[in-house]
Amino acid sequence: MIEIGLGHYLTLGAIIFSIGVLGIFLNRKNVIIILMSIELILLAVNINLVSFSVYLQDIVGQVFVIFILTVAAAEAAIGLAIIVIYYKNKGSINVETINTLKG
Amino acid sequence: MEYLIIFLPLIASITSGFFGKYLRFNDFIVSFLILISAILSIFIFYDVIINNYSSNKLIFNWISSGNFIVNWSINVDALTSVMLVVVSLISSIIHFYSIGYMSKDQHKPRFMAYLSLFTFSMLVLITSDNFLQLFFGWEGVGLCSYLLIGFWYHKTAANSAATKAFIVNRVGDFGFAIGIFLIFIFCRTVNFDEVFYLIPSLTNKEIFFLGFEFNLITLICFMLFFGAMGKSAQIFLHTWLPDAMEGPTPVSALIHAATMVTAGVFLIVRCSPIFEYSETALNFITLVGMLTAFFAATVALVQNDIKKIIAYSTCSQLGYMFFAVGVGAYHVAIFHLFTHAFFKALLFLGSGCVIHSFNNEQDIRLMGGVWKKIPYTYILMIIGTLALTGFPFLSGYYSKDAIIESAYFKDSTIGYYAAFTGIGVAFLTSIYSWRLIFKTFHGKYKNKKNSFNKIHESPLIMLLPASILGIGSILTGILFKDLFIGEDNYNFWGNSILFLKNILHSHPPDWLPITIIFLVTVAIPISYYLYIMNEKVLTNFTIKNKKFYNFFLNKWYFDEIYDFIFIKPIKKLGVFFWHKGDVKTIDRFGPDGLAKLVKRISDRSVNFQSGYIYHYAFIMLIGLSILLTYLIVY
Repeated sequence: MIEIGLGHYLTLGAIIFSIGVLGIFLNRKNVIIILMSIELILLAVNINLVSFSVYLQDIVGQVFVIFILTVAAAEAAIGLAIIVIYYKNKGSINVETINTLKG
Repeated sequence: MEYLIIFLPLIASITSGFFGKYLRFNDFIVSFLILISAILSIFIFYDVIINNYSSNKLIFNWISSGNFIVNWSINVDALTSVMLVVVSLISSIIHFYSIGYMSKDQHKPRFMAYLSLFTFSMLVLITSDNFLQLFFGWEGVGLCSYLLIGFWYHKTAANSAATKAFIVNRVGDFGFAIGIFLIFIFCRTVNFDEVFYLIPSLTNKEIFFLGFEFNLITLICFMLFFGAMGKSAQIFLHTWLPDAMEGPTPVSALIHAATMVTAGVFLIVRCSPIFEYSETALNFITLVGMLTAFFAATVALVQNDIKKIIAYSTCSQLGYMFFAVGVGAYHVAIFHLFTHAFFKALLFLGSGCVIHSFNNEQDIRLMGGVWKKIPYTYILMIIGTLALTGFPFLSGYYSKDAIIESAYFKDSTIGYYAAFTGIGVAFLTSIYSWRLIFKTFHGKYKNKKNSFNKIHESPLIMLLPASILGIGSILTGILFKDLFIGEDNYNFWGNSILFLKNILHSHPPDWLPITIIFLVTVAIPISYYLYIMNEKVLTNFTIKNKKFYNFFLNKWYFDEIYDFIFIKPIKKLGVFFWHKGDVKTIDRFGPDGLAKLVKRISDRSVNFQSGYIYHYAFIMLIGLSILLTYLIVY
């Protein structure tokens, strides 16, 4: 039986973080997927925080995680609201068509 | 009083130029202001005759630098007073005439403003007591001439004529400016009194100029005369004057016949204390004057535009004035200037009436037979012509005879040449002037555009001023002969003109005036025969001598020669610099090149900005990684 230690948790966090990052710029379809990817990145960070909190016997890390989750929930709500409004205006949330930032 | 004379025209000009549109009787206001100035000038003239009045009123100090002091001032002496009368009187008459002539033009306030600004500049010119103020007036009248020739700016011909007048005058002014510089270098002052005082001490000075040794006085005279040639349209620099007829007719009468073109004569008479010390320069002036008188008369013989004929006649009469100056008869030149101003302005105003009657037709081949329809204009033109040709007892007779006589009395080869040229030109003048009259008023009616019944007399506002000039043309000769050129003329002229040699006042041989009168009179039937009775003689003659005819018709090919010598090469050089120098070198590597470079770079960098969030995120990540790597490695 392998002891599950800090290294495993951190690896998990890194993998999730990478999936999130790749999700942002490999995704060509849907804005919601970008939003989900951002959440993934945030969660990866949370996993890191919790792992270190347990490893260092310091509760502050977990307190932070609670805060971050709260803020992330609110942020996700705002993101979704923006997407809804955007869909109402443009009739599509296809990533390919969202390039009005172009100079 | 002097201040009013000078500044009323300026006030008139400003009023008309800035507020003319809003004033109801703007043109009358302007004309009356000029009229007041004219009346005051006559007072001063009278004062000069009776009391030998002279004054020098300071307006303000213009330049004061060490010993170099130049004032704006109003200097009145006999010479100035004569010019004051000529300028302001003719100017006021022509202002009134313009009210009628320009009545249909919507830019009349602008016209009036230019005209009175011209009067102001001319008055500044003649009342100056130094070369600098004179130069200011000189350029001022040049500017107004330019503005007024190009008054109808929508006409291409008018624009190019205006530019031509300006540029040809620049050539003369260049000489004039050099003359002033020379005077300043050697006298350290430009005030007339001081310069004239110093000149006798400089008579033997030789200087090097363009590698040749010249007598200083002669060189100064040549340079000043060069300026006078440009302004007074003497041969070689005359080409602008006939073209200047593109301007409205009152302008031709005031500027290009009566006043501005005589500024050159005035300049030389004013500088008589310089010119008297240079026999060479005087002989040169005589030569140029003779040539111009003859040249312009031959060209006037074959021209067909009514105003061009009179323009060449002006040119020819200016030639007379110059050879009078050249033989040392300054007072006679001024006398001719005085009478000429009246009858030539009259001829121009008359031709303006004719043009008005014919509804803007200027070609005399398309006129004829209308003398009964427009009797007043006809009479005025006859008076003008008689005075111009020197018919006995009209004004031109006295002045022209006096010029020829003084040339004869010069008692030198060039004097005799001048006298006989003068007689010949008087005959030619008579022929072409009567040709103008006969072709315009007699014979058959030849105009197809306007029906004969539509020919009408001009309004009173045009005829009345012209009539005043008519009276002037008849009387000025008799009235002022004794004063200007009589035996006691020295009492009048005083110090304003310097004569080194005493002018002879012995009577000329009887045959001289008789020949002139005979030639002038006999020219009338000759031209009547040639131009009305039997035109075939002349037609055959011109066909036989086609070359001569074309030579005269094309004004001795002066324009063509200048075109070939100066205009074409300069144009080529200009085009070369424009294409190769400006466009292909300076613009290509300068502003255009830089702009192109910036545009190219920005076009490339625009591609960088795709607008896709994930591109930006990717770049951020890459950047972050590179930064981290850097921090970790180092």
